[in-house]
Amino acid sequence: MTPIWIHSARIIDPATKRDAIGDLYVNDAGKIVPALSAAAKKRARKIDATGLVACPGLVDVHVHFREPGQTHKETIATGSRAAAAGGFTTVVCMPNTSPVADNAGTIQAIKDAADRDAVVRVYPTGCITTGMKGQALAPIGSLKRAGVVAITDDGDCVQSNALMRSAVEYAKMFDLPVMDHCQDHSLTQGAVMNEGVMSSRLGLRGWPNAAEDIIVSRNVILSSYTGAHIHCQHISSKYSVELIRRAKARGTRITAEATPHHIALTDAALEHYDTHYKMNPPVRTEEDRLAIIEGLRDGAIDIIATDHAPHTDYEKDREFDNAPNGILGLETSLPVTLDILVRQSKFKLPHVIDLMTRKPAQLLNLEAGTLAEGANADICLFDPKEKWLYDAKKGQSKSANSPWSGQTLTARVKHTIVGGKVVFENGKIK
Amino acid sequence: MPWTRKDLITLEELSLDEIDQIHATAAAFKKILGRSVKKVPALRGKTIVNLFLEPSTRTRISFDIAAKRLSADVISFDASASSTTKGESLRDTAENIRALGADMIVLRHAASGSPLYLSKLLDIPVINAGDGAHAHPTQGLLDTFTMREHLGSLKGRKIVILGDILFSRVARSNIHALKKFGADVTLCGPSTLVPRHLTALGVTVSHDLRGALAGADVVMLLRIQHERQSANHFPSLGEYTSMFGLNKTRASWLNPKALIMHPGPINRGVEIDNDLADGPNSVILEQVTNGIAVRMAVLYLCSGGQPENVIASSD
Repeated sequence: MTPIWIHSARIIDPATKRDAIGDLYVNDAGKIVPALSAAAKKRARKIDATGLVACPGLVDVHVHFREPGQTHKETIATGSRAAAAGGFTTVVCMPNTSPVADNAGTIQAIKDAADRDAVVRVYPTGCITTGMKGQALAPIGSLKRAGVVAITDDGDCVQSNALMRSAVEYAKMFDLPVMDHCQDHSLTQGAVMNEGVMSSRLGLRGWPNAAEDIIVSRNVILSSYTGAHIHCQHISSKYSVELIRRAKARGTRITAEATPHHIALTDAALEHYDTHYKMNPPVRTEEDRLAIIEGLRDGAIDIIATDHAPHTDYEKDREFDNAPNGILGLETSLPVTLDILVRQSKFKLPHVIDLMTRKPAQLLNLEAGTLAEGANADICLFDPKEKWLYDAKKGQSKSANSPWSGQTLTARVKHTIVGGKVVFENGKIK
Repeated sequence: MPWTRKDLITLEELSLDEIDQIHATAAAFKKILGRSVKKVPALRGKTIVNLFLEPSTRTRISFDIAAKRLSADVISFDASASSTTKGESLRDTAENIRALGADMIVLRHAASGSPLYLSKLLDIPVINAGDGAHAHPTQGLLDTFTMREHLGSLKGRKIVILGDILFSRVARSNIHALKKFGADVTLCGPSTLVPRHLTALGVTVSHDLRGALAGADVVMLLRIQHERQSANHFPSLGEYTSMFGLNKTRASWLNPKALIMHPGPINRGVEIDNDLADGPNSVILEQVTNGIAVRMAVLYLCSGGQPENVIASSD
């Protein structure tokens, strides 16, 4: 492997509290090293990173790569390329594939596909319940042995409190976090958008904040009761942010994520019934949006995760009620998040990098998220000032369902390095 | 100002002037409908497709008659007869109808926003005949047309819409039109069926029937159903009637000349007493008749007709 010499970058590594202009070195074993020998320097691939930020490769604990079973939308090959294009070097796949990942065989198939096809590190999660039906526990021990990094029924929140209690208690034995999509189904029958002024105007069935708040409360209570770690996925409601903040203050092992779309958009975007703004949980009001940003600021919300959810054009090109939920996230997450948090909300850049690298890696105990000496050389190099036109159709994902397509974004990933290998460079997968 | 719109999707986006133009055109058509020969050649040679993907009888018949009075060729089909039951997408269905040479589509659909979606796909006019709980613009137009015939100006008039507002596209379309006319709109009914969010549209929300009806110039009743979608919203039809049904005593709280309206179909004995539905204040059947003239006006204008041509020929 050719050593890499990244010259004159602004190196930001929250894990080692580093933020300085300097050089970054990768040895021929794909590890971060403090320096290269003169001979190695001579052989090294030198990247002039003047004006660029070098940070740990981004980590996303919430993506849908649709493999196996829905490979018309995305595959591990295309999804991992979208990740690389977005500066991500580690991603965690949700188990709602077809068949769902509720058994060791499917996990092994996903790992095999990742080994064969992926250009970034891809970790699987397994289901909480068999068939993701919310009725009986999946073989969580076997899933752990097969290599899952968490369990979740993402998209189908476990409704039974008794079953959820068993799941978190049982998973705790294996030190497996339980990630929950917080949604009370009885309050969201037929719901397609946030319940409020806009849903009343548009005549669309509303999904009230209360449906999330009730399950977040449930999770706080179960975590507090059992001592298990419960991670609340894609928080969308102001009240939920407050619930998590207060639970953390009491020492409860609850964590939470926010998506770029929940901090960037509100339900005002649904004015024209554009299905590229249809996702679950839905984007809500300005009040909710600002509360989530404040949650990220003070740590009530731990991390940014994309919920990258590819769907084909023809699937999204439907009546609003009939279109599937979800939007792409990987290729736009960094510029959108920087725009909202750094430019608009005045977060420090290292803080935002932390929310996208060290903290998500730590959340699931992944070996990622730092540029410390000896760490895997997973690196994202981006130009924080470059403006570029995002065209989802020309992106790496197999699908193009992004509300940001056609918009000019600021901050662009230039190089993505995984284990010392450049996998994405200047707009192209290597 | 000439009429420029291709589609009629919602009343929210129309200006007061545009609603006036539709009403003036409808008034002219209404005169023509009173003659012995009711048909005009305005849309001769045009083909209108009534695409009713959600069951409807009265609106479809009304659009049918309106198109025939304009001499258009009309083809109506409903959900059970269409390929949508075989999984065809709305886009494909509509593009096929376009390819067959249709000049206009009248769409009824259970999904809110689908007429807007279709209007962006097709270059021919799309008329919304009711989409989900979103809009039913021709109903809002015929209701306000009927009110104006009786009351003249609606400015400052107290209009009460009573019943299931949550699931009602009729209520939403009326609210938008009435606000443009400067009416004072109150929504009334059980708190579970009258979403508080609607106050953002500039209306009053009330659960006190007496206060709401006091001195009202119009009470518009909406059909109450106690089926799948509203089963959890109120205990029973009996309780609804006892709390919010319009009976003689409650009607006495209204302005004595108040209009009693209902878009139909009526549940006699549930939202309204039998006698009141047929009484002197009821204009329920006039609404139905006016619906033809209003729909003629909409079909005519959206196919490129201009109001003054009809108004001149009706004199």
